[in-house]
Amino acid sequence: MSASPPGVLAAALAERLGQRARWRPIEIAFWVAAVASVFLLPGKHIILAEIAILALFALSLDLILGYAGIISLGHAAFFGFGAYCAGLFAKHHLINEPVLALGAAGLAAAALGFVTSFLVLRGSDLTRLMVTLGVALMLREIANRFDELTGGADGLQGVGIAPVLGSFAFDITGHVAYVYALAVLAILLVLARRLVHSPFGLSLRSVKGNALRASAIGIPVNARLVAIYTVAAAYAGIAGALLTQTTAFCSLDVFSFERSADLLLVLIIGGTGYLYGGLIGAVIFKLMQDWLATMTPQYWQFWIGLLLVAIVLVGRERMSRWLDAARGLVRLR
Amino acid sequence: MLTILFDGIAYGMLLFVLASGLAVTLGLMNFINLAHGAFAMAGGYAAVVLVNKLGWPFFAALPLAFVIPALAGLLLERTLYRHVYTRPHLDQVLFTIGLVFMSVAATDWVMGSQQVFVQLPRALEGRFEVGGVGIGRYRLMIIVLCGLLTIALQFALARTRFGSRLRAAVDDPRTAQGLGIPVNAVFSVTFAVGSGLAGLGGALGVEVLGLDPHFPLKFMIYFLIVVAVGGTSSITGPFLAAIVLGIGDVAGKYYMPKLGAFAIYTIMIVVLILRPQGLFSRAPGR
Repeated sequence: MSASPPGVLAAALAERLGQRARWRPIEIAFWVAAVASVFLLPGKHIILAEIAILALFALSLDLILGYAGIISLGHAAFFGFGAYCAGLFAKHHLINEPVLALGAAGLAAAALGFVTSFLVLRGSDLTRLMVTLGVALMLREIANRFDELTGGADGLQGVGIAPVLGSFAFDITGHVAYVYALAVLAILLVLARRLVHSPFGLSLRSVKGNALRASAIGIPVNARLVAIYTVAAAYAGIAGALLTQTTAFCSLDVFSFERSADLLLVLIIGGTGYLYGGLIGAVIFKLMQDWLATMTPQYWQFWIGLLLVAIVLVGRERMSRWLDAARGLVRLR
Repeated sequence: MLTILFDGIAYGMLLFVLASGLAVTLGLMNFINLAHGAFAMAGGYAAVVLVNKLGWPFFAALPLAFVIPALAGLLLERTLYRHVYTRPHLDQVLFTIGLVFMSVAATDWVMGSQQVFVQLPRALEGRFEVGGVGIGRYRLMIIVLCGLLTIALQFALARTRFGSRLRAAVDDPRTAQGLGIPVNAVFSVTFAVGSGLAGLGGALGVEVLGLDPHFPLKFMIYFLIVVAVGGTSSITGPFLAAIVLGIGDVAGKYYMPKLGAFAIYTIMIVVLILRPQGLFSRAPGR
């Protein structure tokens, strides 16, 4: 390898990257199933829309946790910020068209992510945990205190969402909501795929592997972390905006610690670092939550906690080895 | 004004006793334990049940509010926690969040979701004036009790054989083990005492902080602030941080109710950015 001229090396690299980025049959099957669910499960569209939103949110956490190794206990900060932005845009008729409002909320969340990303660059895991958690709690306090604007603890009332693209109005059955959320998820997943399979994505993985060595081979570590944190914040903001738009409501709950903690569980169930973990985790988590909530309406959190403890005690490495074995059978990777 | 200062100090002292166990596990043993509040809640509910249901005197219930969470802590440390000490921080976070969720739901199931109160002895109710400063009897008791505990804790860590063994075990477990220090037993006892102190703090705090099943989640951030801002190299750092936090919180709620907890979080973030090792650490920041 070392003897080959740079051009040949670059071509070989490009080919490797291209191979990694190729669509696998199982991925295509996943999306065929998703599209089929639109037609085959018309009665389930409300929960399916929730799943799609949660999946997008988990995808966003995967970008920073799975690809950059940043542990966040406050990812709901961006989710909530996007949710309130979308709610306020619609309520005050600033941006009526949902898709445009979605983009604007995403940009706003990205700006917040960019600013706060400098806070997570420094310090140990503990400092990062505290700072991310602190940012989420701070935003929650702000939303709580400025109740003339946000409705405080009552939530943002009277949010009327205009029809998507001017022609598809949200309905009570959740058909439009689901198709809309699924389409947004698909588009953003394709973008995320391009991102992580690009040289930029590879450099992120090297930063996660060993930040010191990555900087030694010339990767600007901090700039990479700021960039991915900003992108992840935008994704989370869009997920939050989707929630507001599909439910026409937004409450302080979007910033809650439980939301950030549940999100970690979603991603851990699905597995980190291959983009589909968040999607698979969201499906499993929501179905499980639905099932547990019908069995024990008040205490389902107990079982979520038990699952977290069990996952850690069994060991994530061992679980991902089982998953790898399963994936080896279906060749997702 | 001085009354607020007094209340703030009492609140801070209480926070310190609640968080001191965490200062050791998180600060010294570098284990991210978000479930610390669950032990405090166990102590609080133990006191409530003993006093209200069984008719024990308040002061007789306090030792049990220490012993019960300490035993629970010992049991959990022996069975579960020990496997997670050497794991990555993400695992520790997930594991302890799981424990918090379980404790919240279980408490809700057993005790109900409403806020509970504890019947105080007559002697502790009301307040008296000293030179124009209103002093609550209960808060005075907290200050005295927690002050004594702090001195005892500092003494135990700095002066006793156990304290030096603990510090040795934390600095370098392998070498300490080689020197014949029973590292695992030292960690177990430390964890149990920390949980017990949290329980005692929880029992004392029922009157001041309130108690309901969501206690571990509500106060998690406060415990973490005490430890993270106070720094992890000594017990005095968290103590000072707890006092400052207590006074700041009480004064903030009194003078600027609109801002509320906002100021606390802001200060925490600023401190963590400027001094990631904590305010009062002896090691240079970074």
